[in-house]
Amino acid sequence: MSTISREEVARLAGLARIDLTEPELNRLAGELDVIVESVARVSEVATSDVPATSHPLPLTNVFREDVVEAALPVEDALAGAPSAEGGRFAVPQILEED
Amino acid sequence: MSTTDLVDYDEAVARFDPVIGIEVHVELGTASKMFDGAPTEFGAEPNTQVTPVSLGLPGSLPVLNRTAVESAIKIGLALNCEIAELCRFARKNYFYPDVPKNFQTSQYDEPIAHDGWIDIELEDGTVVRVEIERAHMEEDAGKNTHVGGATGRIHGAEYSLVDYNRAGIPLVEIVTRPITGVGDRAPEVARAYVQTLRDIFRGLGVSEARMERGNVRADVNVSLRPTPESPLGTRTETKNVNSFRSVERAVRYEISRQAAILDAGRTVTQETRHWHEDTGITTAGRVKSDAEDYRYFPEPDLVPVAPSRAWVEEIRATLPEAPVARRRRLQGEWGYADAEMRDVVNAGAIELIEATVAAGAVPAAARKWWMGELARTSNTEGVELADLPVTPEQIAQLQGLVDSGRINDKLARQVLAGVLAGEGSPEEVVASRGLEVVSDDGALLAAVDEALAAQPDIAAKVRAGNLGPVGAIIGAVMKATRGQADAGRVRELVLERINQG
Repeated sequence: MSTISREEVARLAGLARIDLTEPELNRLAGELDVIVESVARVSEVATSDVPATSHPLPLTNVFREDVVEAALPVEDALAGAPSAEGGRFAVPQILEED
Repeated sequence: MSTTDLVDYDEAVARFDPVIGIEVHVELGTASKMFDGAPTEFGAEPNTQVTPVSLGLPGSLPVLNRTAVESAIKIGLALNCEIAELCRFARKNYFYPDVPKNFQTSQYDEPIAHDGWIDIELEDGTVVRVEIERAHMEEDAGKNTHVGGATGRIHGAEYSLVDYNRAGIPLVEIVTRPITGVGDRAPEVARAYVQTLRDIFRGLGVSEARMERGNVRADVNVSLRPTPESPLGTRTETKNVNSFRSVERAVRYEISRQAAILDAGRTVTQETRHWHEDTGITTAGRVKSDAEDYRYFPEPDLVPVAPSRAWVEEIRATLPEAPVARRRRLQGEWGYADAEMRDVVNAGAIELIEATVAAGAVPAAARKWWMGELARTSNTEGVELADLPVTPEQIAQLQGLVDSGRINDKLARQVLAGVLAGEGSPEEVVASRGLEVVSDDGALLAAVDEALAAQPDIAAKVRAGNLGPVGAIIGAVMKATRGQADAGRVRELVLERINQG
């Protein structure tokens, strides 16, 4: 019994901009299913009196003061850029969204 | 491309009940970014205001800016919101080059402030209460520049250039509940609401709130329904409407456009739309994606924010009065008529006049300058009043020169022109342009004698007791002294001379 369909994997792949082949979609649907089922077992022990936990450490309000630090030199900032122009990162043309 | 069908606005609002909702993003004026110490200076060279955190480099970790949280709480309190006891950040996942981490750090289901309201005042004095659903913290994105292509817009662009200076600047997004029951005044309400928020941000000192710099950006949601009793219609969201006037125009346009669709028996598509400032129209953007497409989940790198009640109360104690109340108080103090005050408010001149009065000018004089000469200059130059190169202190100084009789009104306008042209303070312009009123009686008497001699017939009439034509003599003296004489003193001297004669 499968809870993750091939179509759902294809949709997620689209959102994540990952180009998957047909065999990969089929394989991942099965693998993700195993993961989801494993995680679902947690709810067997986590009863309604256990609040959902996003952060395991009992910490709140970790702040920094509003103080300016040195910025990266622009050449360092651009050092990892495959392509740059006029101090800006050059990226492939954007066709959708705005 | 087919032209869009529009229904005349008055007909549209006669047949349909508009409902609006507004999302306002305000960039906080913190010195450093939301999650790192990168500077936030406006207009810096590209990618000079970035750190590994702003660039989303591997291994970099965010730490929350305390002042940004404090500003968000201030905004929440000013909007009469409840402040969350505990709230978290979330990752909003999407792939677009202006978000280098491939997610925007935002708040999702736990905004720092929620369930508030704000009273706004329309131009005729009508007060409308707008309910606030939430105000949450998030970070701004970088800026794309599209290169190539005929129009400079995305389609046909060959590549894009990205500047991450703005990435990570703290934002607060304020979302209204649906605003109903305002009927044909919906566009006006939308404008007044954004204007009120701008005033609040400035009053709180949390942002410079300059529209033209994109410090305040509005997304306007519009839907129509047949009657106020009908369920809400399908809405569109017009993104990035960045001036007060555009907010009003965009709502009007969408009402007319949607009315035409509904009249034709078709349905409105739920989508985001782009606003075109130049043509005043909206065009379709992407079909609104479901929230789940963003795959929100709690940001593991930031621990929850739990503002103590003591901290919240401490912040509440520092809040300035609300804009509507402040306006009433200032109007009383300044003694302006309702219409005068409305003009001042609409021109965005409250702070300027307040500062001018604080610098020593009487309220009437402060209003005369800002709403007269300076408002005209601001119109002709297409510059906001506050951006004119003159300070309230200089206006007070200018009026001081008039009050002390050193210059008259006509000269004062020339002095102001000099100040606006960057020639220095009013004192400096008076000195450099030699604009002081001629008060040396000797020089004036010579001019008076000359004028009397040049117009003997008028001089004779005045001598005979007919004071009517004396203005012609005064005018000649003023002309001879290029306006630099005090007209009152000239009159005295003319009469003195005639009596002596």
